[in-house]
Amino acid sequence: MERFAELLDRLVLTPARNGKLRLLVDHFSTVPDPDRGFCLAALTGGLDFPAVKPAMLRALVTQRVDPVLFAYSYDYVGDLAETVSLVWPASGGEARAPALSEVVARLATASRSDAPAVMAGLLDQLSPSGRFAAIKLATGGLRVGVSARLAKQALAVFGGVAVQEIEELWHGLEPPYTGLFAWLEGRAAKPENAMAAPFRPVMLAHPVAEAELSQLDASAYAAEWKWDGIRVQAVAQGGIRRLYSRSGDDISAAFPDLVGAMEFAGALDGELLVGDPKEGTGTFSDLQQRLNRKTVSRAMLARYPVFMRCYDLLVAEGRDARTLPYAERRALLSDFVAALPAARFDLSPEVPFACWRELDEKRRNPPHPVIEGVMLKRRDSPYLAGRPKGPWFKWKRDPYTVDAVLMYAQRGHGKRSSFYSDYTFGVWSGPAEAPVLVPVGKAYFGFTDAELKEIDKYVRDNTVERFGPVRAVRAEPGRGLVLEVAFEGLNRSTRHKSGLAMRFPRIARLRWDKPPGEADRIEALRALLPPG
Amino acid sequence: MMDARDLLRSRPEGLYCPRGDFFIDPVRPVERALVTHGHADHARAGHGAVLATRETLDIMALRYGAGFAGATQEARPGEEIALAGVRVRFHPAGHVLGSAQIAVEAEGMRIVVSGDYKRSRDPTCAAFEPIPCDIFITEATFALPVFVHPPADREIGHLLASVRRFPERTHIVGAYALGKAQRLIALLREAGYEEPVYIHGALARLCAYYESAGVALGPLLPATVEGSDGAPPPGSIVVAPPSALGERWSRRFADPLLGFASGWMRIRQRARQRGVELPLIVSDHADWGELTATIGETGAAEVWITHGREEALARWCELAGIAARPLHLAGYEDEAE
Repeated sequence: MERFAELLDRLVLTPARNGKLRLLVDHFSTVPDPDRGFCLAALTGGLDFPAVKPAMLRALVTQRVDPVLFAYSYDYVGDLAETVSLVWPASGGEARAPALSEVVARLATASRSDAPAVMAGLLDQLSPSGRFAAIKLATGGLRVGVSARLAKQALAVFGGVAVQEIEELWHGLEPPYTGLFAWLEGRAAKPENAMAAPFRPVMLAHPVAEAELSQLDASAYAAEWKWDGIRVQAVAQGGIRRLYSRSGDDISAAFPDLVGAMEFAGALDGELLVGDPKEGTGTFSDLQQRLNRKTVSRAMLARYPVFMRCYDLLVAEGRDARTLPYAERRALLSDFVAALPAARFDLSPEVPFACWRELDEKRRNPPHPVIEGVMLKRRDSPYLAGRPKGPWFKWKRDPYTVDAVLMYAQRGHGKRSSFYSDYTFGVWSGPAEAPVLVPVGKAYFGFTDAELKEIDKYVRDNTVERFGPVRAVRAEPGRGLVLEVAFEGLNRSTRHKSGLAMRFPRIARLRWDKPPGEADRIEALRALLPPG
Repeated sequence: MMDARDLLRSRPEGLYCPRGDFFIDPVRPVERALVTHGHADHARAGHGAVLATRETLDIMALRYGAGFAGATQEARPGEEIALAGVRVRFHPAGHVLGSAQIAVEAEGMRIVVSGDYKRSRDPTCAAFEPIPCDIFITEATFALPVFVHPPADREIGHLLASVRRFPERTHIVGAYALGKAQRLIALLREAGYEEPVYIHGALARLCAYYESAGVALGPLLPATVEGSDGAPPPGSIVVAPPSALGERWSRRFADPLLGFASGWMRIRQRARQRGVELPLIVSDHADWGELTATIGETGAAEVWITHGREEALARWCELAGIAARPLHLAGYEDEAE
């Protein structure tokens, strides 16, 4: 348990992805089975202990600690798990700390009535870090900045295999994953995915630069619109139906409307969108209403129905189609989709073109706002896992840009910890004679190291107020720094004062030459909002 | 018995003794000041006369220049000094080199002003002695049950383990220039670390002073040399004041890994907010257990509580049946560490 607790402590304080990766690989290499497997399960959300609830912890701790002193402590620390772990009186029983696997076993077998005693017994046996880890484990949601994807990436590095191999196997595996670790250490054969309706690793595209295009033969490629939804894989096999995200997470529960219509045997690759394929496609904001939900209400299903716009066919009637060339798969896909319920499935149309210039023209003027560019697929290419260079390209619509004024700067992390590297920027609103800046977004990349140094110096020289790691900088019509910000689109947002949220904002250029008074106004951004 | 308020009471300038006409750790210039230790929020320049331990007087002179006060007088540990009908004595507080508690006594009543103190071992200063008293005035910097400082050698072990694990990264450890920095270095030496420790310029004079006072710190080198871009080799330990951590100064080092030696590092979010990757819970203040145990050891019937989380310690006293009240003294840094 102490190794797991130490890992969580370090992950919380390690901002860099590579640093986290290294800690995880180190952990998998040095912690034996089954503890490393349970650690992996905790990181990937594979453990659930419904008997332990935060209210129960609060009741437990105030049996041991004066409630007034606990309340002062909780006020100060702010996090329940951390407060309990720190104020829990040491019992001297820490010498024999239970292993993670033992903690998991005890929590898993606890009933609602004996859960308080089980939890108290654990807390008595653990160090403060161990208590924190046990509480986070028991109540779910570690919040240590590690996604399931990153954990799988660490496994791939640890075993020297491609992450797609792990993703492909993942849903057939159970904690503590001893067979998986044995394979990754070269002690056993690769586990067979015995699960029905397994995930197949998705094929991804590289962005294409316009200079590259002239090297490519236009007739060797087919083009399709690139739809701005979420990439999914729908698999139905032997009566089992599953909908996966592009990294292999099972998201079936959130989309019962689509899963209910998966009346086929096979595996489809496509884009999940809101709307009705015959009536019209909703915006990404509409789709967001349906994302990240464990369950979905009837009203939600009626207001924001989803459908799948199909890109590719991986398995049809039990036959693996991935080795076939794209052109053949496309023909099969077309027939396959034609037999599916039309309200839930349609075929992503091809975009005919004779030369790159013609396609460029279409890319710049897409027929629908939910299109974010075109996809190029080599007609003779098989369906390959990962992001192979050459067969598939994405050629995105040019980003939107806005001239905004730097308002706040925050210090970065890791190598950037001495630099003000995260920028909040705003545009003008209010009457033209007395404009005020309203923040519209935050960006922390897009600039070179040399530009970072220049902005950092500017921030330090023009600070008007400091709030911990954040500095407010001078931003007036006559004085301030204009940033040209590129972004992929705008959504309506009730969380932001400006009423909008930028997608994927980054700094495109520093406009030292431009007076802040000439930066854009909020009306220019509002005009880009989807209707609604 | 006399009214305790005739012996000590709070005034805007600080804690005041009406009968002896002196202040303890005043935050504004006064005629006569008794100073518990050399940290800037307790020891200020510009008083008419200062009574303090030899080390505290030396440290004040180092920081403010020889003319920091009109007159100075040394208080030897345990020596009784009469000030207009009040007897005062200085006793070690275990906080930093020269730090003292001050016992103030008249007509059979004794009040002990703890100043800042700790009870855990510190190779760089004399250990705290509990002084029996009627009223104990305690600090409360870490007065919440969440603050339990682990043994300092365990924390030093974490630092050395990190240096072994990340030998390509320069470990910059934030530590207050007076006391914490020297204690950290002395603890590293006790743990067998023999490499040079690189120090920020702000630490140089105080480290030299500690050495002259008999605290061995081993080989120290300047972390940066003026007019040179040279930096300590990767894997070195650099000790710097916390304010230097996020500053441009830290950029010259190889892939710096930021550590911070402070009692606040017990709270994860505190460490995270400061961008600290390696929190070291090393404090020169008493933790919750030390505070409550010390109150018991003094036998005081009444406790006055200053700078920190007064309300929690007052609550503990209430549960323990000891009269307690917060003493609202302005001007001390809540974040003092």
